[in-house]
Amino acid sequence: MDFIFNHLLTLILFTPVLGAVILLFLPKEQVNLIRWTALILSFIPLALTLVLWFNFDPNLPGFQFEEQAVWYEAINSSYHLGVDGISLTMVLLTTLLTPLAILASFSVGDRVKSYMILFFLLELGMLGVFVVLDLLLFFVFWEFGLVPMYFLINQWGSEKGERTLWGGRKMSARGYASFKFMIYTMAGSLGLLLAIQMIGVVAGTFDLVELFRIWPSVDGTFFGVPFTTVKTIAFWAFVIAFAIKVPVWPFHTWLPDAHTEAPTAGSMLLAGVLLKLGAYGFLRLVLPLYPAESQQYAGALAVLAVLAIIFGALASWSQNDFKRLVAYSSVNHMGFVVLGIAAAAAAIGTENAAIALDGAILQMFNHGVSAAGMFFLVGVIYERTHTRDLNEYGGLFPLVPVYGGILIFTSMASLGLPGLNGFISEFLVIRGSWPVFSVLTALGMIGLFFTGAYILKGIRQVLHGPLNERWVGHLPEINAREIFVIVPLMVLMLWIGVWPASFLYVINQAVVMFF
Amino acid sequence: MQFPVLSVIVFTPLVAAVIMLLIPADRKTEVRVTALAAATFALFLSIWVYFNYDVNAGGYQFLERYEWLPPLGISLFLGVDGVSAPLVLLTGIVMFTGVLISWKIDDRPREFFAFLFILASGVFGVFAALDLFMLFFFYEIAVFPMYLLIAIWGWKETREYAAMKLTLYLFVGSMIALVGALAMYFTSGLGTFDMLALESVNFSPEFQRFWFPFVFFGFAVLGGIFPFHNWSPDGHVAAPTAVSMFHAGVLMKVGAFAALRVAIMLLPEGAQAHMWWIILLALVNVVYGAFIAMIQTDFKYVIGFSSVSHMGLVMLGFASLTPQGILGASVQMFSHGVMTALFFAVVGMVYDQAHTREINNLGGFRFAMPMVALAFIVGGLVSMGMPGFSGFVAEFPIFMGLWNSYPWIAIVAAISIVITASYIIRIVGKVFFGAMPAQFAGHIQDVTVLDKVALVLLSGVLILVGVYPSVMVPMVQSGVNYILRLLGGA
Repeated sequence: MDFIFNHLLTLILFTPVLGAVILLFLPKEQVNLIRWTALILSFIPLALTLVLWFNFDPNLPGFQFEEQAVWYEAINSSYHLGVDGISLTMVLLTTLLTPLAILASFSVGDRVKSYMILFFLLELGMLGVFVVLDLLLFFVFWEFGLVPMYFLINQWGSEKGERTLWGGRKMSARGYASFKFMIYTMAGSLGLLLAIQMIGVVAGTFDLVELFRIWPSVDGTFFGVPFTTVKTIAFWAFVIAFAIKVPVWPFHTWLPDAHTEAPTAGSMLLAGVLLKLGAYGFLRLVLPLYPAESQQYAGALAVLAVLAIIFGALASWSQNDFKRLVAYSSVNHMGFVVLGIAAAAAAIGTENAAIALDGAILQMFNHGVSAAGMFFLVGVIYERTHTRDLNEYGGLFPLVPVYGGILIFTSMASLGLPGLNGFISEFLVIRGSWPVFSVLTALGMIGLFFTGAYILKGIRQVLHGPLNERWVGHLPEINAREIFVIVPLMVLMLWIGVWPASFLYVINQAVVMFF
Repeated sequence: MQFPVLSVIVFTPLVAAVIMLLIPADRKTEVRVTALAAATFALFLSIWVYFNYDVNAGGYQFLERYEWLPPLGISLFLGVDGVSAPLVLLTGIVMFTGVLISWKIDDRPREFFAFLFILASGVFGVFAALDLFMLFFFYEIAVFPMYLLIAIWGWKETREYAAMKLTLYLFVGSMIALVGALAMYFTSGLGTFDMLALESVNFSPEFQRFWFPFVFFGFAVLGGIFPFHNWSPDGHVAAPTAVSMFHAGVLMKVGAFAALRVAIMLLPEGAQAHMWWIILLALVNVVYGAFIAMIQTDFKYVIGFSSVSHMGLVMLGFASLTPQGILGASVQMFSHGVMTALFFAVVGMVYDQAHTREINNLGGFRFAMPMVALAFIVGGLVSMGMPGFSGFVAEFPIFMGLWNSYPWIAIVAAISIVITASYIIRIVGKVFFGAMPAQFAGHIQDVTVLDKVALVLLSGVLILVGVYPSVMVPMVQSGVNYILRLLGGA
């Protein structure tokens, strides 16, 4: 028992690998065996995370469940793990969404074994980012997560669609989307990689706890360039890498393609967790390592965030593809996360900052839950109708009343209806950033108005209006397995909406103590 | 007296070659089995050396010395340090896997394996030699069979041209280096070729500055440094699969290793004086090589130019003259060797079935040979420096070394990472995924069990080093520390 407690994070991190290895040895024809094994194995990290959650003491400062082991001694990088309230929330989100995504993938029939293995590897990459306390390992997991996602989009993405490139060559939409996703993110991480190398050279360590202490006060010159300049450049390298992943306007263009072409479960994790990696990067690395620069440039970040909120909502409103509509809504919702972070950076140390940051972190979790839910529901209807064109639906409510109810519930959570989760976090962000960036926050509220518009558009086009007769008799109701996927998410939406303190307590303690 | 393990490793392939030549030419199976047995034996011994090297003690170990020509101060002096022990292991791995995937060669396998093994002996010899004369001796032994292997068993279109080009480049390079070596021999006044003795001679700064470029470039030609890289893609492409594996996987390391061992370690002050412009050439290698690889349409040329790009990183690491840089470059030699051997093995397997290497004419090979596709993906991820694979473990310290010496070079060189990713993804997408052209459908067979063993071994090593760098890095570091002492702690 002691062993489990002392190595809880390692166990959480590597049980997905164990799952992948077990799946490797199952015969690939036994599709159902593979599916059920994957599902059961994916519950292990969740169970361990719940143990972690209930044994985590929010009142203690610093990181808990720390582990340290030798990894790459020659350049002073070690296998150092630990969680605080911020990462704990994200770990829970990841381990919760993975089993649901796997359950949602039971309808995938093509190369199930490789598909499930890739999911486990993806989970490893995501969890790694959240639990490591070593800058180099952070980057390792950050990049590693790209690989399984690339193949999930490239191989299991939607089969229809073509893109014409410049020069008139054609390629499949999923090939285009996956290539763009990979190269965009890798190119974005290049600056991050270089900055990490530079930090390693200057500070002589990659240990984050050490770096938080040393790096903000580094002074002097680096090859004749004053450190204030060097740090500003490095700050922007970090910001761009994370802004691409979040994504912040104008770095979001990979997202609609990737989300739209990814398989349903892939979109669930992409929107649910992968986008959070970027926001988490801001929280874990940018704010503590560059407090002065963050404060200085918070205004610029806030402007981009507000633009993301407004343009994301407008772009979403104008879509006729249901999945693209939901994809752009992520730009809109993640804008609030960045706005909260920017406000906290500008007003660091004040009560407003703590509120904004609480809101941003809770919004990360909320968006993870509701975006995963929305993408799943889009997937459910797509599997039945094989179209995502909103104009092809219409009046489906009488045909699928249960699905309709669930869709409305989830949409409302996404819209920010009081009583459901989205409201709490967006309110906190706005409450926290209002005193800091009043005008910008007010503009962001306009974006919130368009959020209402596009969500209602989605509901109206799918469920209401004149019934499109071609679906009569061809549209089965949502089935039990699918309900099992969505119900836990709905419970969380309601739970956080009604009793946010259960999560906010954990988050707030971390925020207050950490910043 | 301890077991003379290094000389056994060095001469096993040579003895095996002689034995094979004694077997009648038509008994091909016996030849192959002999080859495999010898390669397995050499592999096990090199693994044994690798794991019995005492990292804490460091320095040169498993020393052996036999007087060869005492009046001239030449002896067969063997030993490995932390930098060369992984390279000996690399040679063992490439030799073993090379034999496995050459099993199907039906045109005079006896001579093929014999020449391949003479080559292997030469390579083992260079890595283990501590005597300057012996190093040259083995170096030439490694180059000579290459000519025959390419000219006889190579790709019909270009084999004479490529073999001639390669041999001329390398001979000219080694002659120039030999002149430098002789200058060291005579100037030192010790009357010995013993490199340990030569290390302790403090050659005058003028001497070092004058001779360093000769010795360095003489060897660096074989390492593929720009602008003398151009024999290498031609040579890689024309060579038969196992020879390409040796050629890119090991032989280019011989060049880089000899440049390190002779030029940088014996003439450290010369290195410090000249590195600022050598680093620029290496930068051209890295970035230009990646761009050229990106526009190739021949599968094998892509890999050939990617080797130019990656060997540029090795040179960059050396040229940074920093602890991290040399460490990373040494790990990169091993990592790139295994990776490129894997690549060429994959190219060979695809070509054997498709009889074309035009990327645009290939497609859908993952259906026919899933394991080959997977192996190529692993190699590709190593190549693009993806964390979790050995390429990252090697490249990261190289870049750190550059940050310590020439920060802007690191920034420019980083471009190559994205370019590499894009051409690797393109190949994966075109050759292994995508639709299979009609003329191949039904004609492509999966690879044999022997091929699979080779692929698994190579990919496994890449992943192991990537996930747990401590299996290799401390050893390399002990070697690097020694080099740094020669460089005066620079």
